Amino acid sequence: MFEQATVTMLLTGIKDTLYMTLGSTIVGYLFGLPLGIVLNVTRVNGLRPNRVIYRIIDVICNIVRSIPFLILLILLIPFTRAIVGQSYGSTATIVPLVVCAAPYIARVVESSLNEVDAGVIEAAKAMGADNFQIITRVLLVEAKTSLLTGVTITTGLLLGYSAMSGTVGGGGLGDIAVRYGYYRWQTDIMIVTVILLIVIFQIIQFLGTKVVVKLDHRKK
Amino acid sequence: MSEIEIRHLTKKFQVEGHTITALNDVSLQIEKGDIYGIIGMSGAGKSTLVRSINYLEKPTDGQVLIEGVNLGSLTARELRKKRSDIGMIFQNFNLLEQKNVLKNVLFPLEVGKRKDQDGNQVKLNKNELKQIARQLLKTVKLEEKEKAYPSQLSGGQKQRVAIARALATNPKILLCDEATSALDPQTTDSILKLLKEINESLGITIVIITHSMSVVTEICNKVAIIDNGKLVEEGLVSSIFENPKSDAAKELISGKKLTYSPVNSLESKKAVRIVFSDNSAYEPVIANTILKFGLPVNILKADTRNLSGKAVGEMILGLPEDDTISREIIAYLRERGLKVTEVGNEI
Ligand SMILES: Nc1ncnc2c1ncn2[C@@H]1O[C@H](COP(=O)(O)OP(=O)(O)O)[C@@H](O)[C@H]1O
Ligand SMILES: [Mg+2]
Repeated sequence: MFEQATVTMLLTGIKDTLYMTLGSTIVGYLFGLPLGIVLNVTRVNGLRPNRVIYRIIDVICNIVRSIPFLILLILLIPFTRAIVGQSYGSTATIVPLVVCAAPYIARVVESSLNEVDAGVIEAAKAMGADNFQIITRVLLVEAKTSLLTGVTITTGLLLGYSAMSGTVGGGGLGDIAVRYGYYRWQTDIMIVTVILLIVIFQIIQFLGTKVVVKLDHRKK
Repeated sequence: MSEIEIRHLTKKFQVEGHTITALNDVSLQIEKGDIYGIIGMSGAGKSTLVRSINYLEKPTDGQVLIEGVNLGSLTARELRKKRSDIGMIFQNFNLLEQKNVLKNVLFPLEVGKRKDQDGNQVKLNKNELKQIARQLLKTVKLEEKEKAYPSQLSGGQKQRVAIARALATNPKILLCDEATSALDPQTTDSILKLLKEINESLGITIVIITHSMSVVTEICNKVAIIDNGKLVEEGLVSSIFENPKSDAAKELISGKKLTYSPVNSLESKKAVRIVFSDNSAYEPVIANTILKFGLPVNILKADTRNLSGKAVGEMILGLPEDDTISREIIAYLRERGLKVTEVGNEI
């Protein structure tokens, strides 16, 4: 149906898309997970309430999340160039994706941790656990399925955003769709990339749900 | 030295500008080996009191001493260490849902350290810890459930896991906050029996918070009655049950709210509550009373209870309206060795 060159291009597109999506998810969690933990710990009824720290992170998260991704992408070009050395291509796209994802992840993590039963935390305290032990052995463990659901949702979101970054030369399937479908009117290639994106999205959701169900011991 | 001593404990909460006094100058002493009941209506301050014993709640005023050590004088680290000497179980069990039974019991051993009889920490490897956890599961009769997750257990089984977990660090004190309130009567009985066994075999001091008098009469030797943040009565269960002084105690014993308004359905205007102890049970007292005074007395309520394994009878009698006669009847009953309290016509 397609020439060898087109197929190769699509395969590279898949690879780049996966690289951007998974890369930004992982790096996003590197920042977002600790931030989410800090939000949970410093909230009013948290392990160590601290209104100032909570408010600062809270406000930053809200500001970043209220900027549309496409604008963030453009705003961050100088920053991206400073970090990666260039402002286009898959690796460069990971920078704005992470900036966009980290506050989102922080919120998702915070709400997962907030769901952990206060009674269980109380029991851990009564057993002499310190805050670090409560975070690592109670909060993260009890919230693990909710956290993993969050990872699945975040990955899906970043897949979509990575495709969006194609409009400014971000690489991956989105880039291909824009270049061929929008600039050259090659609708067939665009449709194929869209189908590929949908399939990848479905696979991520499927795997995510599968893992969550397997790891959840609450209802059986 | 008492195992637990609470001195002039006051706890206030600030809620939206106003102050709630959850505990008001409470003092009590709990001795080693006691099964000490703390009973009161919902909202009386029981949970706040028991949470103060391991300083999950820091008092606004007053002190808590565990084996003579003032918890208020400890650093955060010392306090955490002290907490592993005090086990705690809860109404909602509070097990880790994502960990199996064995891992739940191992949890306190991993975050704290087990101590030997002299209170020295002992270092144990993973296998030795598992051995201890399995032994505890045996104690609570759940050895075959070690791989199960809490969601696969019944309420009673969950509480047994919680008890095993609370005992893992070899504590000297076990705090129970409404530990049987979520359980049916039969399961409650078996859990109370287990607590009694633990108290007897390990010599652990147990503090039981409850709103139910039957839990107290079933296993406690001493009881404190908390009403509206205040300690209103305290002492041996047998003496408080036989001769309650405070309204709160009378209410808890009768299981009904005191109203002080005439109850139309009861014919008598005057009623007394009598308690039979074993030395009075042989004489047919009521029959003799009727024969002696030639007047009817009305049995309004009769009940027997198990007070720490001793059967004790309780009866509420409606007396003739005539004051002189009813006073004579009361005197007669007292002479026969019965505990008599006037309850007016509220029961
Ligand atoms: N953390 C808290 N903040 C504000 N008020 C509280 C708090 N904990 C308890 N209280 C109040 O203190 C009183 C006693 O509560 P509690 O000790 O839980 O009672 P009980 O366990 O006897 O039902 C109640 O009026 C309750 O609303
Ligand atoms: Mg309570």
